[in-house]
Amino acid sequence: MKVSMSVNGKQVSGEAEPRTLLVEFLRYELGLTGTHVGCDTSQCGACVVHVNGSSVKSCTMLAVQAEGAQVTTIEGMAQGDELHPLQAAFREHHGLQCGFCTPGMIMSAADLLKTNPSPSEHEVREWLEGNICRCTGYHNIVKAILAAADTMRGAARAAE
Amino acid sequence: MYSFEYHRPGSVAEAAQLLTGNEDAKLLAGGMTYIPTLKQRLAQPSAVIDLGGIAELKGIKEEAGGLTIGAMTTHGEVASSAAVRQAIPALAALASNIGDAQVRNRGTIGGSISNNDPAADYPAALVALGATVRTSKRELAAEDFFTGMFETALEEDEILTAVHVPKPEKAAYSKFANPASRYAIVGVFVARTSAGVRVAVTGAGPAVFRATEMEQALAGNFSAAALDNVTVAADALNSDIHASAEYRAHLVKVMAKRAVEAAG
Ligand SMILES: Cc1cc2nc3c(=O)[nH]c(=O)nc-3n(C[C@H](O)[C@H](O)[C@H](O)COP(=O)(O)OP(=O)(O)OC[C@H]3O[C@@H](n4cnc5c(N)ncnc54)[C@H](O)[C@@H]3O)c2cc1C
Ligand code: FES
Ligand code: FES
Repeated sequence: MKVSMSVNGKQVSGEAEPRTLLVEFLRYELGLTGTHVGCDTSQCGACVVHVNGSSVKSCTMLAVQAEGAQVTTIEGMAQGDELHPLQAAFREHHGLQCGFCTPGMIMSAADLLKTNPSPSEHEVREWLEGNICRCTGYHNIVKAILAAADTMRGAARAAE
Repeated sequence: MYSFEYHRPGSVAEAAQLLTGNEDAKLLAGGMTYIPTLKQRLAQPSAVIDLGGIAELKGIKEEAGGLTIGAMTTHGEVASSAAVRQAIPALAALASNIGDAQVRNRGTIGGSISNNDPAADYPAALVALGATVRTSKRELAAEDFFTGMFETALEEDEILTAVHVPKPEKAAYSKFANPASRYAIVGVFVARTSAGVRVAVTGAGPAVFRATEMEQALAGNFSAAALDNVTVAADALNSDIHASAEYRAHLVKVMAKRAVEAAG
């Protein structure tokens, strides 16, 4: 089947069988390998992308279900050479070690900050229920997200 | 995953037509249970019928002293709905604690109750609140809908379309969650309505059940202390690596008391 969608603001189309997962379409058909697969059980969150503005596990959605949708992956977060505030904060606060979970963490956190621009530490930890990290112990991930929230609120105020 | 045909009908009638006479066709809602099942090759459908394009299955409306929630309404939508938070805050709170944010963004109330996982949250709410389940063929009481472990009254070619949940006087849900998945090891939903008090338990047995002895104790005295002398038998309860039947029996009482306290 032919599938068409908008990915990171660009209209794309490609071939997918009905059983092709969205993450497989992104990685193998479009070559966007920033979205990772870390499990078979829909629990780890390494594959989180945005579909029509909300975060979903791209390993638990068929590519054909995203027909006509607006998809954003980690590759769509930076503006040219300028990292997204979440990406910059993860680098600054050592929010990653091996980095495998990071794309999913950032996409998940971006969804949180959209609806809750100033989350408490507890709210960040609760929100990350669906994102597993084997390396960091989460502490610096939470710190990075809180710092990015701060930066983004500052930028929003400056724009007013 | 085995291969299958994919259909995305635009109406319930069209979906029903695709199901009829096609024994190996299966419905797909949020996919949070069914896609992992397909990935593990535990199912081999001839066709997958995606309910995601059917507008009449979505949304929440106030109706007949309660709320009607379309089958394709996501857990996230129930959790954040102003109408649900106002009329039945316990239901919004329950939805906000299902799985994780990404599961809540895709998983649906219709998919959850059609699947009837013994550890799922919604069945307890629907039974305790005396909800009605609507399908492409009929209407039935939630209590008659959940028939056993992963079993419901749905026929092969029947589609769940909505649930109608009456507004209770007071209600609360208390869950002892599995720390990895957030499914209920034991969850107890307590509701007081004009028809009386109902207590429904999920996670503990093969399927949701009513704790009638607790209901009687609470009918005269709606307080946690009223449950002090109620005993919960472990005989028919589940035992697994997470909790023994005896521990689950203990948790049923603890969760019930917490729910009564939270209901106020
Ligand atoms: C990591 C993780 C954690 C989870 N944690 C919890 C939790 O804490 N509590 C909880 O309750 N659940 C939990 N779930 C399950 C989640 O709530 C699912 O959303 C739900 O069980 C299935 O809903 P779905 O919309 O995804 O349905 P699907 O997976 O698409 O479908 C499930 C089944 O129902 C059938 N079906 C779907 N819709 C209909 C319909 N309208 N009519 C007839 N049949 C239909 C399908 O054919 C399929 O057999 C979790 C899932 C995951 C992956
Ligand atoms: S790959 Fe683990 S949740 Fe998607
Ligand atoms: S940094 Fe290695 S899994 Fe999170």
